[in-house]
Amino acid sequence: MAFAKKIQSGEFTITSEIGPPKGVEIEGILKEAETLKDKVDAFNVTDLQSSVMKLGSLATCRLLVERGLEPIFQITCRDRNRLALQSDLLSAYVLGIRNVLVLTGDHTVLGDHPQAKPVFDLDSISLLKAATGLMEGKDMVGNELVGKPEFLLGAVVNPGADPLEPQIIKMEKKIEAGAKFFQTQAIYDLKSFENFMNIVGKFNVPVLGGIVLLKSAGMAKFMNEKVAGINVPDKYITMMAEANKEDRPKVSIQIAAELIKGMKGLCQGIHIMPLGWEKHVPSVLENSGF
Amino acid sequence: MLITKLKNKEEILLLLEKKPFIIKCFGCKEVYFPEDEIEELLKGNESKIIGVARLDYLCREEFSKLYLTRYSSQIKKSGAIIVFSCGVGVQVLAKLCIDKKVLAGCDTYSLDGFQGLSVQNANCEQCGECYLNYTGGICPLTACSKGLLNGPCGGAKNGKCEVSPEMDCGWELIYKRLKGLKIENVTKESKVLIRNYKRILDELGYNKNNIKGE
Repeated sequence: MAFAKKIQSGEFTITSEIGPPKGVEIEGILKEAETLKDKVDAFNVTDLQSSVMKLGSLATCRLLVERGLEPIFQITCRDRNRLALQSDLLSAYVLGIRNVLVLTGDHTVLGDHPQAKPVFDLDSISLLKAATGLMEGKDMVGNELVGKPEFLLGAVVNPGADPLEPQIIKMEKKIEAGAKFFQTQAIYDLKSFENFMNIVGKFNVPVLGGIVLLKSAGMAKFMNEKVAGINVPDKYITMMAEANKEDRPKVSIQIAAELIKGMKGLCQGIHIMPLGWEKHVPSVLENSGF
Repeated sequence: MLITKLKNKEEILLLLEKKPFIIKCFGCKEVYFPEDEIEELLKGNESKIIGVARLDYLCREEFSKLYLTRYSSQIKKSGAIIVFSCGVGVQVLAKLCIDKKVLAGCDTYSLDGFQGLSVQNANCEQCGECYLNYTGGICPLTACSKGLLNGPCGGAKNGKCEVSPEMDCGWELIYKRLKGLKIENVTKESKVLIRNYKRILDELGYNKNNIKGE
């Protein structure tokens, strides 16, 4: 598939993200994705992001395939045991899905069904290993499969984590388990991202730097306080705080473009997480020189 | 209620190469300890062992602290401490001897009947495949809110778990403990770990006719 080819060729690769709706009205989201067709190489589809019950990633990925868009199937370990996870990977393959991003997933108590059983039978590393096994024609206990799926497996890493070393150790384990590309948590500090890239360059695995569009100064402060590995510098918070409400998207796009331009020399691509601001993605890319 | 069973023989013999000091718990009356099996296993390996202590209630931190002073010179000379007890005992000793590798010689299984009575349930899940040898003597099943076996999820902020600002990130504690033990490349310490629920299900009598898996 085009995404795998591009990212493995070393060309600068751009991915964006789609969050399926809570419900079944999906046409609007698909239309929005179609407008980005020539600008974005692949679309991650989130899997019950933040543990909120929504339409599934697998079905949404298939709808993208039907429209000629390339999906990256996000799969988490939060609410399925190893039987269901392996089965869903096989299902993804027969539905034409070739890229998989494996995550551990947020805890169930953070979402809208805190009463649910947290599963975590596997984690990101053991699921990557299981997926690699399926590609070799075997399930987790060694039973032979009829036909082998083929995937480009990816994983996530958080360059702003403190301490950083456990993240790097885990990144290396993910690579050993089969991860062929990485997408990162949102980056706001290019200096520390550069430091991270200097450390992980030796792994020779493409890294797509994460971009989250700031919507307000409040959002930035919230993330600084609550979200692991995110440190929005004061200068961006001030820029957002000083902008009028109607100017905020413009300022946000300017900040994102500045970060993307800075990342061009550092990593192998970017991953844009618009979180509802999908309509601004074209301007972000345009202002970044794409 | 719980029972402890010896880890497999090869695994323990490998641990003996570290010139260990051995602590056997014969603790509480609700627990079965494999004392005879331990004796048999250690027979013929005396030269590798720095010393042996047979103690009770390792789970009581204040008792264990006193015991340790009694054996401090031997422990100092040892390459590691192997503890034959339930998962709680191992974790208490690992906490008290942060500069020493504290290893588990047993797996802890749960038995129906006494659940809820023991406060020590808190940090041993009686999973039947003790992971403490990979994680510096801190249980990843109970210290991590997701029970992850292969490292932190990345959701912790300032050392605190994503589920509560009051809860430490278990994997950050493990990382710091391993770092303190100067285990330079923590990755080498462990392979990809995947929990085997069959062990406890077998113990509960499930699956008697199923020969698949393991």
